[in-house]
Amino acid sequence: MAESTYRIQGATGEWEVVIGLEVHAQVTSNAKLFSGSATAFGAEPNSQVSLVDAAMPGMLPVPNMECIRQAVRTGMAIEAAINKWSRFDRKNYFYADLPQGYQISQLYHPLVGEGSLTIEADEKAGIPEPKVIGIERIHVEQDAGKLMHDQHPTMSYVDLNRSGVALMEIVSRPDMRSPAEAGAYLSKLRQIVRYVGSCDGNMDQGSMRADVNVSVRRPGDEFGTRTETKNVNSVRFVMAVVESEAKRQVALIEDGGKVVQETRLYDPDKNETRSMRSKEDAHDYRYFPDPDLLPLVLDDAFLEECRASLPELPDAKRARYVDGLGLSAYNAGVLTNDVDTARWFEALLAATASAQNKPEADVAKQAANWLLSEFFGALNKLGKDLSTSPISPEGAAELLALVGNGTISGSIAKQVLEKMLETGDAAGVIVEREGLKQNSDTGAIEAVIAEILTKNADKVEQYRGGKEALFGFFVGQTMKAMQGKANPQIINELLKKALAG
Amino acid sequence: MTGLTDLGLIAIRDGVAKGEFTAVEVAQAFNAAVAEAQEALNAFIVTTPEAALAAAEKVDATRAAGKELGKLAGVPIGMKDLFATKGVQTSAASKILEGFTPQYESTVSQKLWDAGAGMLGKLNLDQFAMGSSNESSAFGPAISPWRRKGDTAALTAGGSSGGSSAAVAARLCPAATGTDTGGSIRQPAAFTGISGIKPTYGRCSRWGIVAFASSLDQAGPMAHDVADCALMLEAMAGFDPKDATSLDMPVPDWSALLNADLKGKKVGIPREYRIEGLNADVAKAWDDGIAWLKDAGAEVLDISLPHSKYALATYYIIAPAEASSNLARYDGVRYGLRDLPDGANLQEMYAATRAAGFGAEVKRRILIGTYVLSAGFYDAYYTQAQKVRTLISRDFEEAFKQCDVILAPTAPTPAFALGEKSNPLDLYLGDVFSVPASLAGLPAMSVPAGLSSDGLPLGLQIIGRPFDEQGVLNAGLAIEQRAQFSAKPEKWW
Repeated sequence: MAESTYRIQGATGEWEVVIGLEVHAQVTSNAKLFSGSATAFGAEPNSQVSLVDAAMPGMLPVPNMECIRQAVRTGMAIEAAINKWSRFDRKNYFYADLPQGYQISQLYHPLVGEGSLTIEADEKAGIPEPKVIGIERIHVEQDAGKLMHDQHPTMSYVDLNRSGVALMEIVSRPDMRSPAEAGAYLSKLRQIVRYVGSCDGNMDQGSMRADVNVSVRRPGDEFGTRTETKNVNSVRFVMAVVESEAKRQVALIEDGGKVVQETRLYDPDKNETRSMRSKEDAHDYRYFPDPDLLPLVLDDAFLEECRASLPELPDAKRARYVDGLGLSAYNAGVLTNDVDTARWFEALLAATASAQNKPEADVAKQAANWLLSEFFGALNKLGKDLSTSPISPEGAAELLALVGNGTISGSIAKQVLEKMLETGDAAGVIVEREGLKQNSDTGAIEAVIAEILTKNADKVEQYRGGKEALFGFFVGQTMKAMQGKANPQIINELLKKALAG
Repeated sequence: MTGLTDLGLIAIRDGVAKGEFTAVEVAQAFNAAVAEAQEALNAFIVTTPEAALAAAEKVDATRAAGKELGKLAGVPIGMKDLFATKGVQTSAASKILEGFTPQYESTVSQKLWDAGAGMLGKLNLDQFAMGSSNESSAFGPAISPWRRKGDTAALTAGGSSGGSSAAVAARLCPAATGTDTGGSIRQPAAFTGISGIKPTYGRCSRWGIVAFASSLDQAGPMAHDVADCALMLEAMAGFDPKDATSLDMPVPDWSALLNADLKGKKVGIPREYRIEGLNADVAKAWDDGIAWLKDAGAEVLDISLPHSKYALATYYIIAPAEASSNLARYDGVRYGLRDLPDGANLQEMYAATRAAGFGAEVKRRILIGTYVLSAGFYDAYYTQAQKVRTLISRDFEEAFKQCDVILAPTAPTPAFALGEKSNPLDLYLGDVFSVPASLAGLPAMSVPAGLSSDGLPLGLQIIGRPFDEQGVLNAGLAIEQRAQFSAKPEKWW
């Protein structure tokens, strides 16, 4: 495996960066990890709080198996060992957003063990080959509530809507060596959880956030002392944290200082990290097994259902698009990058194949090219995307079928698409109404060609004299004369014949 | 109507059903007894005479309508103030929860109301159930109705369910709920001449019971006799999906299946419980118990529970460890006491609130628990204690290969005077016979066996296999029939 060549240039030489990420991903579930409360984002403060979430006296947690299931499926998607026996521990500390005075987590016996994912090669980003990033574990735990300091001049308010929401903590190995690798890892992880459906991956809503562990060393040396920058909430910021924190550490060491193990916060406005608390004031969390909960024991039937319900994952899908559908690696990559795009494409593909009565592999290129080069652009112009598209995959397939069977040409199809977006009408309706059907009447086309050759006798002369580039001119003139509706293939054939004299 | 308060739970239930008296008459009689004794015995933290009457009226109406009556129809009971009761202060005998009125009802109390019982009030206890004498209650201890012969010194009603034991013994209620973490049902029952059973861990839902030590806490009934306990336990027990440690097993008809004939049964006598300097009265009661069980047809044999000597130390690590975490929620943020000194920040508010809201014994246990869980000490204390706990459970498993139930004293001494045991360790030592069964999660009950030389009740403890409450109750009944314990405290209040 080619190692990253990313280096920080210090005054005294080159430094290598070592990165590990702890990603907190909110589990997609209607209810919290240990209570039946709802979990919707953006609800009125304290409107999604049960007696359990507020830690009223005598309240008890009961595991929500849907949350467990989603974490197990995520573990399976990174080919990790699933622990059929795991246990919940209490992490004890006092804070106003933590009603129980402890967070229920899994320290000693996590639900998911060792796994990995592969980041793609990206020559431009300094990732010459695909790279496997180890994942140490995934455990499930409760989220805390939220403090609001801007509601009252002297008091803080507490919103417990998030209190008790299920999180997966996905802990990587310190296997990344550049900001690009860290960014690629987080993107890949986000892609996987979105495919699996275990987390919506909305980083701006806090559904996914990363604690970024960074250390520096001379290339090949032992690991240096790491710092942990908390709650970084975008891929871009993760990359920025790695870079700025690595540079800070290098400057510090080269100045004769020492990196201290500490928790830091990232300030995106200043693009720098600052110390939050050092190891010395770190809490003693007094972890111990939660006596309110029995060990979590999963049976084979549960695990089988988890596995059976896993969708095709991005790597497999991309490979199939290339090998099975004959798409270019680039197009396959773009189409599988996000699960919503892949789903839309596959619906389009199925509808297109059925509309044209052809195998999917025969229409895949047509569908992919149209989606990527026509439709995305058209949606973009309207400020829309696939999720807000006014055209369904079936509606698009109808349009592609009209092209496929020669009813309209590719350029007419562009006009029809615009009209579809404008009016919401079906492609066939628009073609009929606007008289856009392609003319394949060879007699009519021959007549037009004859007229054009007569009008442009001089150019015919030149063409026949060897200036074959003029062919395009004749095609254009013919098409123009027929308002673009003539079948271009037929024009080509008939023109060649006529020009040959 | 004075005779009504002498009746036990089943007698009241049957009398109401037959129309010998109305449920309202019963409630009125007990309400009066409660009111009369409150100042002297301090058994209740809150009395709820109107709740008792309302429940009774409902029962009378149900009966008048010819509809089916619940298992405990017409029986007014006392509710230990550790059970959350909707709309009625639930304080755990602490300042930090004084004035806290839950908007929910604990599973166990709801089951009792559903069975037709009514609530006379919330019973006193050791603060957060931490204590063996009721002296840690923030509202002063419940006083035992019993007195030593020729002495007026106030005695403990035991703990932590001391309000429950005092009230049942003084006939302020025919039965009461208790909770038992290390003996908190059995010891107070023994001290006051009543019966009480701690079922197998998980039989009664813990949902809505203020938590002390989650892996040990179990609710159970305290009543005049074994049959009353059996019936009340039927009403309290049952699977609860809201408690992840609840047992998903059917509740047997314990009271219908009571059988004092122990032919073919084997009773184990643990030799390690014959501790040096065992109180002579207690030792004699134990010998009496052995004789009674033989008389009931049982074979009695010596057994060994070799790790018993570590049980107390183990208990006083595990219970405080869990408590230190369970009590973290009392922080002044959401409910209960908040002490916010001028200009205090969050940490200072926590400190002030908890300093003012917790009593000395609770603080002591939070400190012990925090210590044994802290980095560097965790393995030496908590992990080690968990290992020993496993060994103690294994002792019982081995023993139950030889015997069906185990007979032992409930407590090493009869009730002591309030203030007599000023050293917390002396109090902890009183739990020596009760904590092993708690650590192993086994059903165990205390039944009265007789009086000490100075006229105080003595209890015998029967410990059974997991889920074998029936075996425990049957052995208890065999003792009850032979002990013929009919002594009652002389009314001085």
